[in-house]
Amino acid sequence: MNKLYEKYIKTDLLPTLFCPGCGNGIVQMAAIKAIDKLGIQEEMACVSGIGCSSWIPCYFKMDVMHTMHGRALPFAEGLKLARPDKKVMVFTGDGDCLAIGGNHLLHAARRNIDLTVILVNNYIYGMTGGQKSPSTPVGAVTKTSPYGAADIPLDGCELAMAVGATYVARWTTAHPVQLEKAIEEGLNHKGFSFIEVLTQCPVQAGKEVYGFKDPAEIMKMYKEMTYLYKEGVEIQKGKTRIGLLKHDEETEEYIDRIEARLESQGIKRG
Amino acid sequence: MAKITIDKMCCKGCDICIAICPKKVFVKSKKRNGYGSNMPDAQNVKDCAGCRLCERLCPDGAIDVEVEAEKNEN
Repeated sequence: MNKLYEKYIKTDLLPTLFCPGCGNGIVQMAAIKAIDKLGIQEEMACVSGIGCSSWIPCYFKMDVMHTMHGRALPFAEGLKLARPDKKVMVFTGDGDCLAIGGNHLLHAARRNIDLTVILVNNYIYGMTGGQKSPSTPVGAVTKTSPYGAADIPLDGCELAMAVGATYVARWTTAHPVQLEKAIEEGLNHKGFSFIEVLTQCPVQAGKEVYGFKDPAEIMKMYKEMTYLYKEGVEIQKGKTRIGLLKHDEETEEYIDRIEARLESQGIKRG
Repeated sequence: MAKITIDKMCCKGCDICIAICPKKVFVKSKKRNGYGSNMPDAQNVKDCAGCRLCERLCPDGAIDVEVEAEKNEN
């Protein structure tokens, strides 16, 4: 067993309930490494909704809240407002964050509240048996789109940037070192940090969505279908851009703004 | 030389480590893990460069790489 697992994971619950080759374990490892590097195990609080990806923090030896489907962000906002000293990390999936919780994502990003949201995007509803999710690519055959999906997929990063998230990054499971750095930066950033991770679901999405069943092949495909975004880089058509997409340090954070407003009226909070 | 241990109870036999290792340290073996599938074996340990990519990319945290101290300093 990995040495960090003994320190940060409830080892009596192992093995995890993820399928063999699932990318959630890689995200879990990246999050552990980032937390270990910052040394903030005691200050952390994790919130998650419903879905495969929402099981990631349930194995952590930290404060964890496993909440309702799609409502992880409202719970996290409430927790952050009640305990501003805690660093709150939210793990959600593409169905959890973009479909049923889409409205909550808009408003959490608009407020620029100090949360670190990790959107684990595997392009499918994995836990319920492989139904079409908002991010499923056009033409993918799933249980609920037997003739191929016709809808235009929703891009979580573009959405978060449009409504005002101040730290937006996208990586894949094939870039574990960069992902760890992004999580670290997101935790340090004061404001709404949104990190999208493209992961593989070899069991439910394997053959129909990606075209491969082997997890290592899917990771290789992720490396080929993405390009590193930097300012001034030419947009490559048909490819997904990854990297740090937005970093804005100047916008004021929600709790600071509330406290300043209350102070100007002579009210003391807490 | 590095020392690689693979936890039998954590491994689920996804073979990511076999495909991802740049030095081809892991080989598919006939040993069974706790999940019931074939688990990898770190046969070519002497080739290990200590990049720890297998540690990061193992979805179940089954692999632990110990690199000797003198290599870490470089």
